[in-house]
Amino acid sequence: MSASEDRLRDLLVRGLAGDTSTYHAFLKELSAHLRAFLRGRLSRLPDEVEDLVQETLLAVHNQRHTYDAGQPLTAWIHAIARYKLIDLLRRRAGRDVLNDPLDDELEVFAASQTEADDARRDLATLLERLPDRQRLPIIHMKLHGMSVVEATRITGMSEAAVKVGVHRGLKALAAMIRDER
Amino acid sequence: MKTDELIAMLASGADAVESHPLRRRFALALGWGAFGTTLLMAILLGVRPDIAEAARLPMFWVKLAFPAALAAGALLAAVRLSCPGVRLGRMPAAIAAPVLAVWLLAAIVLLGATPAERPQLVFGDTWVYCPFIIAALSVPLFGALLWAMKGLAPTRLELAGASAGLLAGAGSALIYALHCTETAAPFLGFWYVLGMSVPAAIGAAIGPSVLRW
Repeated sequence: MSASEDRLRDLLVRGLAGDTSTYHAFLKELSAHLRAFLRGRLSRLPDEVEDLVQETLLAVHNQRHTYDAGQPLTAWIHAIARYKLIDLLRRRAGRDVLNDPLDDELEVFAASQTEADDARRDLATLLERLPDRQRLPIIHMKLHGMSVVEATRITGMSEAAVKVGVHRGLKALAAMIRDER
Repeated sequence: MKTDELIAMLASGADAVESHPLRRRFALALGWGAFGTTLLMAILLGVRPDIAEAARLPMFWVKLAFPAALAAGALLAAVRLSCPGVRLGRMPAAIAAPVLAVWLLAAIVLLGATPAERPQLVFGDTWVYCPFIIAALSVPLFGALLWAMKGLAPTRLELAGASAGLLAGAGSALIYALHCTETAAPFLGFWYVLGMSVPAAIGAAIGPSVLRW
């Protein structure tokens, strides 16, 4: 296994245990790998790359409970990236835009690209369309970095409702991205 | 929103995640689904009255072991298909094995019977409704299993839907076998397999839309 595999897996496993700074580092490194991977495969749709990087990151986050620490991270990430890529191509009704076959798992961490283009789709705008019970917990906790207790004080929601709101809100965001095209 | 802002947002306050949600979800779905299917059978059909006598016949146990083995294979496949990047491995063979075993048994039985006996061995008395009932009784299990998968992350949606349908069908056949009075392996090999294939085929058809995430 590659050095990236070991390093990223270590970051993710610690992140899944609740260490937010290593989880941040994991997502940051992962985004660079995803960007390089998707740029290589979407060279005819360069404008879509950053949107798909964001969509895949959101998917990785929302589905992170399905990662089993005994499993190669490369295989897990590759399957998610491939799934989101194929989903995008289906929505755009043309698999011919795909340059390379998608079967080699190891490709997903083969390169890294930290220079991001601007995303065309603005997630902040989509976030505005969520109902208050999801939008407010996300804004207070995820964007302003408040604790659960602070968020409950400001919103008047219960702790459980705040947590559920964040969780469902991020899933709803993924669903909005999926259905908008 | 820039990608770095999204990353900061996702990482901020990300709590520890539950370990092994997969087992919990499947256990819940199987528990509630089997409860629903059993209830449906108890209300609509009931257990056969002569079950104590029937339990002395080896074929009664074959009739339970066949769907049970198929359900075990389908469960393992469904679990693997629910998580990204997990290979199916030998699961297709594990699913095919009980079917082939029953077909082999059916062939032996049919070859040993006279031509006049064969139609009864294949059609029994209940072929008209047996597959339909197995498919209908599978609905609670099927719904519960799709719910379980939807909360995970299947990436091969046709196969994932088919495995959920097959598991629901096999579970339903296992429960229906407590009512059904057929005893011939050829009947099992055709009508039971047909009944279990219906939810599996429906699962393959609806998987891509129902399980999408």
